[in-house]
Amino acid sequence: MLADRGMMRHIGAMPAPAIEVKTLVKRYPSAIAVDGISFTVERGVVTALLGGNGAGKTTTLSILLGLLLPTSGTVHVLGEDILRHRYRVLPRMNFSSPFVDLPHRLTVRQNLLIYARLYGLRRRRERIEALAADLQVGAFLDRPAGKLSAGQKTRVALAKALLNEPELLLLDEPTASLDPDTGDWVRGYLEAWQARTGATILMASHNMAEVERMCADVLMMKTGRIVDRGSPRALIARYGRANLEEVFLHIVRKPEPALEAVS
Amino acid sequence: MSRTDNGATGGSAGRVWAMLLRYLYLLRSSWPRTLELLYWPTLQMLIWGFMSQFLYVNSNYVFRAFGVLLAAVMLWDVLFRGQLGLSISFLEEMWARNLGHLFVTPLRPVEWVAALLSMSLIRVLVGVVPAALLAIVLYHYSIFALGLPLVAFFAVLLAMGWALGLAICGMILRHGMGAESLAWLAVFTLSPVSAVYYPVSILPHWLQHVAWALPSTYVFEGMRTLLFQKIFRADYLATAAVLDLAMLALGAGVFALSFRGARQRGALLQMGE
Repeated sequence: MLADRGMMRHIGAMPAPAIEVKTLVKRYPSAIAVDGISFTVERGVVTALLGGNGAGKTTTLSILLGLLLPTSGTVHVLGEDILRHRYRVLPRMNFSSPFVDLPHRLTVRQNLLIYARLYGLRRRRERIEALAADLQVGAFLDRPAGKLSAGQKTRVALAKALLNEPELLLLDEPTASLDPDTGDWVRGYLEAWQARTGATILMASHNMAEVERMCADVLMMKTGRIVDRGSPRALIARYGRANLEEVFLHIVRKPEPALEAVS
Repeated sequence: MSRTDNGATGGSAGRVWAMLLRYLYLLRSSWPRTLELLYWPTLQMLIWGFMSQFLYVNSNYVFRAFGVLLAAVMLWDVLFRGQLGLSISFLEEMWARNLGHLFVTPLRPVEWVAALLSMSLIRVLVGVVPAALLAIVLYHYSIFALGLPLVAFFAVLLAMGWALGLAICGMILRHGMGAESLAWLAVFTLSPVSAVYYPVSILPHWLQHVAWALPSTYVFEGMRTLLFQKIFRADYLATAAVLDLAMLALGAGVFALSFRGARQRGALLQMGE
């Protein structure tokens, strides 16, 4: 697996895990979105965060990004406490979601230039041209971002997310609403990019085939808790199912008391 | 400056410039919006200019100083455009649902605010300076004849506009886009008590206390004293500056608390139209 190779590259140095979460809780007045989860993601590994709607995936990603403050718990990202020192680590990570478009009225190039400046990049134009060629977005660099197709928007969002060569990339359903051909292209690109850079990826996804293909590790969430964890192959074997989708359905549909949270 | 592994240099000024560039791109991308910046101050100036010409021969008040209404309308625009310029740039991020993108970068809220303030200044200058120049051509009245006090009046009103704008942005962060209309309406509630076109003494006694609590009132009273009596009231300016500082602290506090509240609610990723 590409992700395994990435993981091996970092074993010798033994740096801090890419992500280390301990007893994380996010409580709203009317609900508990995240209920005391603990997990680590080792560097260079592609990990999936799976769960039904409302399981706590987006809440967890938002906390990791520093966009959302938790009620309690600790979060270390790339060795830094994200709650206390987020500005030390934000330049080394990035995020992409098809549900949050880049501003529509600016051209793709203007958007990318602004984000390149926010990340303090040197040689911004060269970096954008190189990424545009790599992600095949060169033809519409000067088009308003709002006038792109879903596939084009996804590739532009990836260009934004890779501008700063992140050591940690967080993805929220990276191929949602893409046709199979474009989705396959995006998955292939991310696999090749991860293998080349050894970066860590944590992705929330509802596409089980995608997770089986890309991820070395899976965190299964349900009602704000992590209820199981393992490689796709291990989970499939443990539940005696044919594929990860069947495992997902089994976990999501199983009455809650039978499941015990794992850390 | 700090250097990271990805060849980046971290610099606060660079991030402020990045955000300012974003707002300049937005302004450039829509000529109707640029035209609108010029339209209202110019229209206001034309109406009050003709009104002044009429009152000059029919009113002792305007006869004593022709520019008293024109100067008032242009200075009021500094306050109004200063607040609106800040709020509109803020709303651009809300309309674009862009806060989730911006605040996963190293951009700090204070840097964003610095860009919003800079853009507000640019919008004020683009709107008000052409109107002031047109007043010279049409009515042979130059607001620049006020001299150095004009700079002080401008600074006090702009700072008050910023304070109001920060508080309004904080309210929108707290209450969502339902509070959007505050950006256009809030400042007008202060207009009657700021004594823009008439002296404070005309207000009911109890309302005069409210008026004297606003920095803008000292500017407009100071402007009239300068035009009618050729006296610059430094005490007015000092009081206005102190009130401005208090308002800025309050506005910044509301904004900072609302921003933290938005992070607690997870609103940064969801907020927008």
